[in-house]
Amino acid sequence: MIRRVETTLAQVPLHLILVGMALAWFIPTLGLLISSFRTQDAVLSSGWWTVFRNPFLAGQFTLENYRAVLEAQGMGRAFVNSIIITVPATFLPILVAALAAYAFAWMDFPMRRTLFVIVVGLLVVPLQMTLIPILRLYNRTHLAGTFPGIWLAHTGYGLPLAVYLLRNFFAEIPRDLFESAFLDGASRWTAFTHILLPLSVPALASLAIFQFIWVWNDLLVALVYLGGTEKVAPLTVRLSSLVNSLGQNWHLLTAAAFISMALPLVIFFSLQRYFVRGILAGSVKG
Amino acid sequence: MLHKRRDWVPWLYMAPALLILGVYLVYPIVGTVYYSFFDKRSEHFVGWANYKWALTSKVMHIAFRNNILWLIFFTVFVVGFGLVLAVLADRVRYESPLKSIIFLPMAISFVGAGVIWKFVYAYRPKGAPQIGLLNAIITALGGEPVGWLVNRHVNNFALIVVGIWVWTGFCMVVLSAAYKGIPRELLEAARVDGATEWQTFRYVTLPLMVPTIAVVTTTMVINVLKVFDIVYVMTNGDFGTEVLANRMYKEMFNFRNYGRASAIAVILLLAIIPVMLINIRRFQEEEALR
Repeated sequence: MIRRVETTLAQVPLHLILVGMALAWFIPTLGLLISSFRTQDAVLSSGWWTVFRNPFLAGQFTLENYRAVLEAQGMGRAFVNSIIITVPATFLPILVAALAAYAFAWMDFPMRRTLFVIVVGLLVVPLQMTLIPILRLYNRTHLAGTFPGIWLAHTGYGLPLAVYLLRNFFAEIPRDLFESAFLDGASRWTAFTHILLPLSVPALASLAIFQFIWVWNDLLVALVYLGGTEKVAPLTVRLSSLVNSLGQNWHLLTAAAFISMALPLVIFFSLQRYFVRGILAGSVKG
Repeated sequence: MLHKRRDWVPWLYMAPALLILGVYLVYPIVGTVYYSFFDKRSEHFVGWANYKWALTSKVMHIAFRNNILWLIFFTVFVVGFGLVLAVLADRVRYESPLKSIIFLPMAISFVGAGVIWKFVYAYRPKGAPQIGLLNAIITALGGEPVGWLVNRHVNNFALIVVGIWVWTGFCMVVLSAAYKGIPRELLEAARVDGATEWQTFRYVTLPLMVPTIAVVTTTMVINVLKVFDIVYVMTNGDFGTEVLANRMYKEMFNFRNYGRASAIAVILLLAIIPVMLINIRRFQEEEALR
């Protein structure tokens, strides 16, 4: 009994550190969430933590901030734009990468190895290296400020990682599976669609989640190629311009920020395992 | 390899990827290096002038200094916190919710994180009710409110904290996987031999985790060299907080100086090239084992 008390006491610092860190990580987001439901007067006159003095007081919470940012501040349009940008910018690079990764893993052609080493090298190239030439190209071809322009840009930036990961994954698939399929007269295309892709669903899912979150949360690429016009700007661009224009209107800024975070959070909580895997796999991206 | 005969077929599968990589990565890299030797509109060759500016001007010195601050403090703290969490969380029953909370910011954009923390740092003059959490705590303890994002003594660190808040979860997850891979018997044996918890960590756990710590650290270094969003949203590089990527963006869009902007991009690439070579070498070693 005394021993058990002793070990529990010895563990007090451990719990203090861990619970302290958990609170430090959680409280900023909690403050944002609570403030987004408070009235303008309340947010500007008292700290968000004061709601805990009287948490059930009717009338202190409101959805008005969300209505205001979605309509008047253009976050509704920006949400739609983010979807329009992100969905093709997720599937396009994975499709293109899967084709190339199949060739890299299971076909023989000259320079195969050299080309793959180049892909590995391109993994960490900073985006900044590509902005000016691509922007010039886009200005000449009128792709600047268009959705296809940003789909293709994200496809380019997502490709090295997707090719690298998928090629490594494909290469692990047992050779016998292919050989027996080819003996049965399957074409390379059939082997791709009927053997390789179905076996790769977990890898494709992790990659898709990583790419989705990366594109959804991207600011720089959208800022450079789309610009700030409301018609095409995604949530991140819109939110960052609201930070300038709304200044101290924290009741609106907090609601706008939460709207930009909502979808990634849903994915995080519903697909946590794939989410973590995807983020880990994607960590080498440049 | 299978199907040796029709040699052109692999190129059909490769073609879309090669085309896109060529247009979006290879061509621009060459282009940016080329532009970095030309004037602002890329009309006249200027030799090394843009690099001379990049290495000697005052604004660039501030950017370099801040990138170095980020490099040191961000990297040390994300890897350090990640390691502490990986090792300690393993000992408690609430490990899984704890890790979810720490990892959560990875789902949020840097822009969103910027807004969250700008609110934490909100500043009101002395006497007014503080609505920012940090200044509320400080004034409640009897201190003076601090302008976290404008005070040049603290603002860079205030921004670095946001980066740490976002990336610690990533380091924790990677390091935790490495920690759980250490055979339990090794740790038990050390404890049975009378090693304290600290000695077990210092002489058994840590040496075994060094390779993973190295990988995580290089990943964080790459991240920190390109840091942009947090600074753009929270201070836009004002009050002495500018970093290289933000300076490049300003040269590009505010001053339309493509020569200088390209030179900054090339400097970023040069800083990252050692990592690129390490990656390629590691890949070739792995391939040799296949």
